[in-house]
Amino acid sequence: MAATPVSTEVVTLKLNDRDVSATRGQTILEVAREQGMEIPTLCFLEGLTPWGACRLCMIELKGSPKLLPACTTKAAEGMEIVLDSDRLKKYRKMILELLFAERNHVCAVCVSNGRCELQDLAQKNGVTHVRFPYRYAKYEVDSTHDLFRLDHNRCIMCTRCVRVCHEIEGAHVWDLKGRGIETEVVADNNLPWGQSESCTRCGKCIHACPVGALVEKTTAVNEMKKRSGFLPYLTTMRENRP
Amino acid sequence: MSQTITIDPVTRIEGHAKISIQVDDAGAVTDAKFHVTQFRGFEKFVEGRPMTEMPAITARICGICPVSHLMASSKTVDDLMAVEIPPTGAELRRLMNYAQFVQSHALSFFHLSSPDFVLGLDSNPAKRNVWGLIGANPAMAKDGVLLRKFGQNIIEILGGKRVHPAWTVGGGVNEPLTAEKRDEILRTIPQAMDIIQRTLPWFKKVFEGFNDEIASFANFPTLFLSLVHEDETLSFYDGFLRITDAEGNIVVDKHDPKRYGEIIAEAVEDHSFLKSPYYKPMGYPEGIYRVGPLARLNNCKTTGTPLADKELLEYRSRLSHPVQSSFHYHYARLIEILHGIEKINEILLNPTILNTRVRARARVNRNEGVGVSEAPRGTLIHHYKVDDFGRMTWANLIVSTGHNSLAMNKGVLQVAKKFVNGKKIQEGMLNRVEAVIRCYDPCLSCSTHAYGQMPMDVEIADRSGRVLDRVTRD
Repeated sequence: MAATPVSTEVVTLKLNDRDVSATRGQTILEVAREQGMEIPTLCFLEGLTPWGACRLCMIELKGSPKLLPACTTKAAEGMEIVLDSDRLKKYRKMILELLFAERNHVCAVCVSNGRCELQDLAQKNGVTHVRFPYRYAKYEVDSTHDLFRLDHNRCIMCTRCVRVCHEIEGAHVWDLKGRGIETEVVADNNLPWGQSESCTRCGKCIHACPVGALVEKTTAVNEMKKRSGFLPYLTTMRENRP
Repeated sequence: MSQTITIDPVTRIEGHAKISIQVDDAGAVTDAKFHVTQFRGFEKFVEGRPMTEMPAITARICGICPVSHLMASSKTVDDLMAVEIPPTGAELRRLMNYAQFVQSHALSFFHLSSPDFVLGLDSNPAKRNVWGLIGANPAMAKDGVLLRKFGQNIIEILGGKRVHPAWTVGGGVNEPLTAEKRDEILRTIPQAMDIIQRTLPWFKKVFEGFNDEIASFANFPTLFLSLVHEDETLSFYDGFLRITDAEGNIVVDKHDPKRYGEIIAEAVEDHSFLKSPYYKPMGYPEGIYRVGPLARLNNCKTTGTPLADKELLEYRSRLSHPVQSSFHYHYARLIEILHGIEKINEILLNPTILNTRVRARARVNRNEGVGVSEAPRGTLIHHYKVDDFGRMTWANLIVSTGHNSLAMNKGVLQVAKKFVNGKKIQEGMLNRVEAVIRCYDPCLSCSTHAYGQMPMDVEIADRSGRVLDRVTRD
């Protein structure tokens, strides 16, 4: 794979009234994080193609009637961007509550309790309770894999597993089936994971998963420790190799 | 015309229940029943979950004794994994279980039951609670709080938090004990020991004033079930099942807990969500038995620790052996607290407790597993079936309080017959009916800790629903 040509063109823009400069092609999220400014994300993972699915990183752009996802919006000259207005905070909180209401997230007995990105964000964004009725939909646990487990009850459809398997491992085990609220992650065109012939048992999807959906099999509550930091290293090594 | 008196809710117990008493035209009690009015559904909704989650899920059955469920559930998962857990892992579990006994027994004795002993069964119900205790005997209330804190503190040091610690797992525990933590616990032992050693003599004097209650508080012959160690000492965690009868004869001995189904069956009654287990060979309801502190002290030869053994000797010399009156659950509970503190000390003084191999790891190796442990309230049985991938397909939980269901019903009837006059109900009569239930320290839900200030509404109504008499407590 050829290394992406690095742009040298610089643009200037405002983030929360602060003048910042960026390289053309950088996303608002990249620029903000470079500046140490916080934007919450769930589906974004450094080293993977931005997806824009979770909508937590929405920002306000002056002159635009709609909100834009920071992870996929490119920085451009003269942009005036607000990262954390009351409106944005309200929507972020609502998105998090809807994620909890959609499936069965029982933090107290979850293997990722205490180390879960969804739980962390809920705490940081003031989700003290969920105002929407829970769906209590029935989801299966796929324990057929020798090493790993997929609990659809905890899945938030961020697709980090789909992308890491396709883009980094190159195995493309994971896809999505169904539409809307019925969407589910599936292995090898909907086989029990244990029967997947494409799975290389590398475990990247486990560590890319932000919640307790993809986990190591023998873990009990609170025990799943994820190491998503391995990705930037892998991508950097791949893209910089001679 | 027959009438029904209802006590709803029963107060100063853990959970929700009511008592109904039938009286005839002359006001004499003809029947009484203890109804558990709540339904939890754990056995059903765990289906489909990974077995490794079971200790944490079943711990949520109870806020007072989550540790007891952690023990029985972890033992069941050990069985499904078909592993022998490292000795230090087992000893650390025992350590936490002893701490659990001390804190739960302290709650039962000091917070829930001692208002009856300190203030009297006929005292003003508005004050007959833990607040009244603080007013009447602040030193004793403080002792209760401190003793409970002692146990809870050990659980927190070991497991990271006081309620629902996630430390006990299938295969052992997930973190070894450090020397610092051991020393921190050791420093708290003298105070706990002082508290129990002044409470026991106090209670031994006090209970002599309750002769009527001792004679009628579920004082009848039953079988007794508990775990007993191989050497016949008191067991809270391992060993085999033993059943003795009202004369102290051993009926069942050295019975493998995994084969509990051969000796215990469960009956379902229309009036309660609580199932009623019974001794299978004798049938229902003749196979009535009791579990918990009374049963454990009746079943063991000695406790296995010096101070508790001395107390056990006195207990047996003062009361007939085996002890029949459920009033003496309280006395037995205090001896078990003493034993628990002695065991905590003994375990911590053994240097092997700091060994770092505390967990065996394995996947599912059996499709069916059973784990039996003693909870403060009695023998606790978890029984799971899983598929080849370790997902739960079936669960049966026989929770300690359940074993006492038949005995509680019989006890309520006995006390009601002795103390309740349907012609004119007095609050103190009804409190005695509740107090017999409190002897068993039932944990009916575990999610609600009802005591003292709970309202009580008792009505005598005729068959048409016309209220003939009413006593209320706010």
